[in-house]
Amino acid sequence: MRKVSEIVEFCQELCEDLTFAAAREWKDAEPGRKVVGYMPVYVPRELIHAGGMLPLGILGGGDNLEVIHGDAYYQSYICRIPRSTVELAVTKRLDFVDGMLFPSICDVIRNLSGMWKMMFPEVYTRYFDVPQNYKDEIGGNYYEHELMELKQGLEGVCGRKIGDDDLRRSIAVYNENRRLVNAVYDFRTREPWKAPSWEVYLLIRAGMVLPVEAHSQLIEEYLAAAEAEDRPMRDNCRIILQGSFCEQPPLNLIKSIELAGCYIVDDDYMLVTRWLLEDVPSDGDPIRNLAQAFIKHSTETAAKYEPDGARKGKYLVDAVRTRAAEGVIFAAPSFCDPALAGRNIRRHHQTVG
Amino acid sequence: MSTATERDEVVKEPSMLKQKEMIADNYDRLTRAQELGLKVSSTYVPGNLNELVMCFDMLNNLPEINAIQNGMRKKSGGLIMDAEKMGHSEDVCTYVKADIGNMAKGAIAPNGKPMPVPDLLLLSYTGCFTFMKWFELLRDQYGCRTVMLHVPYEGDGKITQNMRDYVVKQLKEEVIPTFEEVSGVKFDIDRLREYLRKSAEAEDNFVWVLESAKSKPSPIDAYFGGVFYIGPIFTAFRGTDDAVEYYEILRKEIEGRLAAGEGPVTPEGDMSEEKYRLVVEGPPNWTSFRDFWKMFYDEGAVVVASTYTKVGGVYDYDGFRHDPDKPLESLADYCLGCYTNRNLPTRVDMIESYIDQYEADGFLVNSIKSCNSFSAGQLMMMREVEKRTGKPAAFIETDLVDPRYFSPANVKNRLESYFQMIEQKRRGGGPPARAA
Amino acid sequence: MKCYIGIDLGSTTTKAVLMDAGMEVLGQGITNSRSNYETAAAVAKQEAHIGARLTLFRRGLGDAVTGKNANELMEDLELNIRLEQFLEQLEDLRATCASHIRNGQAGVLEALTEVFERINAEAPGMFQRGARRRSDFFRDIAGSRVMHIGEEVAKTAGVSFETLLNLYDKSIIDVENRPPEGDMAAKYRRALHRVVESDPHLKVDEATAQDAMSKAVALELEETYVVGTGYGRVTLPFPKEHIRSEILCHGLGAHMMYPETRTVLDIGGQDTKAIQVDPQGIVENFQMNDRCAAGCGRYLGYIADEMNMGLHELGPMAMKATKSVRINSTCTVFAGAELRDRLALGEKREDILAGLHRAIILRAMSIISRSGGVTDEFTFTGGVANNEAAVKELRKLIHENYGDITININPASIYTGALGAAAFARRAVENGAGETAP
Repeated sequence: MRKVSEIVEFCQELCEDLTFAAAREWKDAEPGRKVVGYMPVYVPRELIHAGGMLPLGILGGGDNLEVIHGDAYYQSYICRIPRSTVELAVTKRLDFVDGMLFPSICDVIRNLSGMWKMMFPEVYTRYFDVPQNYKDEIGGNYYEHELMELKQGLEGVCGRKIGDDDLRRSIAVYNENRRLVNAVYDFRTREPWKAPSWEVYLLIRAGMVLPVEAHSQLIEEYLAAAEAEDRPMRDNCRIILQGSFCEQPPLNLIKSIELAGCYIVDDDYMLVTRWLLEDVPSDGDPIRNLAQAFIKHSTETAAKYEPDGARKGKYLVDAVRTRAAEGVIFAAPSFCDPALAGRNIRRHHQTVG
Repeated sequence: MSTATERDEVVKEPSMLKQKEMIADNYDRLTRAQELGLKVSSTYVPGNLNELVMCFDMLNNLPEINAIQNGMRKKSGGLIMDAEKMGHSEDVCTYVKADIGNMAKGAIAPNGKPMPVPDLLLLSYTGCFTFMKWFELLRDQYGCRTVMLHVPYEGDGKITQNMRDYVVKQLKEEVIPTFEEVSGVKFDIDRLREYLRKSAEAEDNFVWVLESAKSKPSPIDAYFGGVFYIGPIFTAFRGTDDAVEYYEILRKEIEGRLAAGEGPVTPEGDMSEEKYRLVVEGPPNWTSFRDFWKMFYDEGAVVVASTYTKVGGVYDYDGFRHDPDKPLESLADYCLGCYTNRNLPTRVDMIESYIDQYEADGFLVNSIKSCNSFSAGQLMMMREVEKRTGKPAAFIETDLVDPRYFSPANVKNRLESYFQMIEQKRRGGGPPARAA
Repeated sequence: MKCYIGIDLGSTTTKAVLMDAGMEVLGQGITNSRSNYETAAAVAKQEAHIGARLTLFRRGLGDAVTGKNANELMEDLELNIRLEQFLEQLEDLRATCASHIRNGQAGVLEALTEVFERINAEAPGMFQRGARRRSDFFRDIAGSRVMHIGEEVAKTAGVSFETLLNLYDKSIIDVENRPPEGDMAAKYRRALHRVVESDPHLKVDEATAQDAMSKAVALELEETYVVGTGYGRVTLPFPKEHIRSEILCHGLGAHMMYPETRTVLDIGGQDTKAIQVDPQGIVENFQMNDRCAAGCGRYLGYIADEMNMGLHELGPMAMKATKSVRINSTCTVFAGAELRDRLALGEKREDILAGLHRAIILRAMSIISRSGGVTDEFTFTGGVANNEAAVKELRKLIHENYGDITININPASIYTGALGAAAFARRAVENGAGETAP
């Protein structure tokens, strides 16, 4: 069994590798394999997986990438993630990616989908819209059709039909992964000194590039190793970090927060891994099940409409309670519209809560 | 969009006077809503369902227009700073902050009277994520009923049946019942049809006016002048007799200018020689609107087509009209087709077609800090348009209603350089612009 | 003779170039822009005229002096004329200061006179070959000497240094805006005489030289056409057709210096521009930094202030770096914080500076990319082109991103805009005066 430090080191290498060597290796291992990239905040990765393809989370170039050409595409007041993503693309670091999904998160990522279509006409590119209406017959119905369209598009990439059974199997695999990710978060809530946030971050981040099965295994391994490791408990302040649901913070920021005496007991990093709040049934109509999971049991972020004004921000109030947090730190990336525009509302509800 | 007050000191065309009257009446009704026993709904210009709102005898209040009004009256700067003091980020849309700052000051309308508290927020979420945040803030502030109309984005450059069905279903099952409840008025589809018929009539003349710019010289400026022409069709007047009448008057005026071979009217009278024909992408700056315009007409630059005049509905590019025979479907198509709800490749195609059809000399982007929906990707659009048309392009940066982001010297410098470049290339007969 | 003049009214300096009908540069002049563009333009033009007279003198002298001697003669001559101009203005400054002395300020006049006598005495030394001057602008030289000598004199004379400084502050703007207007012909003659006399090893026959000088000075330099460019261009009483944007002037100026130029990068104090030009020097495309000043020369200015260093010391220090610290933000507002943060982390000043230079060049690379990339040849101009650390990073990045490209950097690149403007003036006449285009 590997030690915690070895697992974390492995994850950090994956995180810092801007060539995506692990995903390339996976693709090259068998002829005909395809890779489909996606950006934050949520896509149903089950559909990609069911087509035998690798879902690849693209979170920009991070703080280690020098952006030269990407800056030529954006004004100075636009956030960093699209420009560093363009940099990755124009420097051919994403030339092995066969499809790209741009979720409905903000106008910048939305427009990037159109830029991608113009820049890489040979890549399957889709703006993935999700409903802002949560009634079965309205939003649910619309979303099912969107999922069907996405499935058809993905079938074009992998070159075969994606059957319901394939999809049910993938749903089960992702249920398992979600269960494990939540287990890590719960473990950290219980014993934050045993699972420092920068480790947890890297562990979950590995799931952006690894096949889901390998990632699940890695989490299990980490949980066992972290549990076994003897680490001193500190008198740290328990906080929840909010605002980084799109561009991820530099690793050093997470480390600095912990060094400053905080335990991060919840966050909104890489929400795709925890977007759905309950298991998706692995029997019955898989498309309907995915749609229902989204409209009935998905998390709240700034990019999602909450029809009930009174419930706005409730998730955060709840999280403060369930995670036994003592404070909330808003750490939004510069120029992040949804995070910054929503800041005052959350602050307000937080005070009320 | 309604600066009649600023201009009519100099120019008094009947269409201007008519619009001025319409706007004054509208603000009068809005600020007397309670006294008149009228309910008020707030919504946005893109995806503005004015015909539907009228079906419930409700007034339509558009917060962007109020922000623009405050911008043109040079009040927005202070309001924005007030909102920032309240904790709103420097990087949030300045329409939103001007609105919030104004609310904190008692939400005063241009006629000096307080705006009514809306009875309903119609969150028509079309082409802009910030709209959602904006109405969440307003909902928080007013605690009033809110109904969401989610208009999916044309990610693949087309309206699918699924999108249309989704919007229609929301109209039927969410928007209309909520309006009925709030207003106490039963929905009458025939009433809607009648309004839509009037919309289409006005839209025909509106498109005629826009297309008059294909003539040389162009009798209109389709950006600075254009913001007046879109006034009624984009706001609380679409579907009214007033709007029909306005566009008839306007059309007659433009017909007159065409026949006389005249160029556009500017705040300083008729424009002299038309030297440069431009297509412009992006909203204008409102706080220095007249200074900004002057930088163009002083140099003989006329905007022959603009994308901003499509933000509240695209009527020319693919011929959309509100259709009384398909009332809800056409409302859905209207929302789905608004300019910023179209994907970037479509926006580039549209601009390319304008440059060709209007025989433009160049393409100019006015990039607005506040508006990522417009701005994100404009540099690439510019490159692509240059590559396809061979026409020189230029890029300037301003903001909607934040005076801190309008640097006259800087903008003027770039514009002059650009105009001189077009001139120099024209005379030098150099090769077409290099593909970027 | 017909002359064509280009004036570039920049935000910090104003430059003038005087050109003959054959498009040869006769003279160029530079001065600080102060708050008065009109004076700045007059001073720069006067300097360009001096340069032109000297060029004509050199032409007239022909083979009478050759080789190294000729170069030394010309250099000394120029320095001596500068000295003449300096002394004239210094006298103006003294008189103006004296006029501001209020009754009852005992001993102040004596102290003032003493200060100016000392500056007068050391002046010839400042204008010797190889002497280092902080700047060539009157305000800078006079200001620093008054500060320095004034303090000593005040101490010994028992008057308040404050008072002396006050007199200087009250006078300098007026004096600066009153350029020397004494008899130029006499100054040329005096300067030449002084050079010939003090440098016998040059073996110049004074009579021959004075004859050539008289002819050069007598020749009428007709201002056939003037074109203005730069930020201050609109404040000058130029008719519109005499104004060109600095983008166009820069493009043409770079083309004049290096006719094969296709891409021009200019990093000035206030903005960064990337310009693409065609084989005739006509601008095809340009991009400038956006609203954000990150990556302009001004950014280096902030850094210099923050580090308490001179702007010109930054490059040399960055060249001593052994590694380059990554700087993620070139936000001018955060420049100080970014810097202190790195210093606090224990990074060395030179390594941080190397990183800062790289960061501003990265910004420039983006603007170049926006304008359409780099096509051979590439010409780099503006104040930052004199910074060796910036140039080093630029060469590296251009090579990495665009391959083997010829990179031109002209020591006189500060005159690029004015040169282009002069060329526009020449072209305007060629195409019939009043024409607005080349």
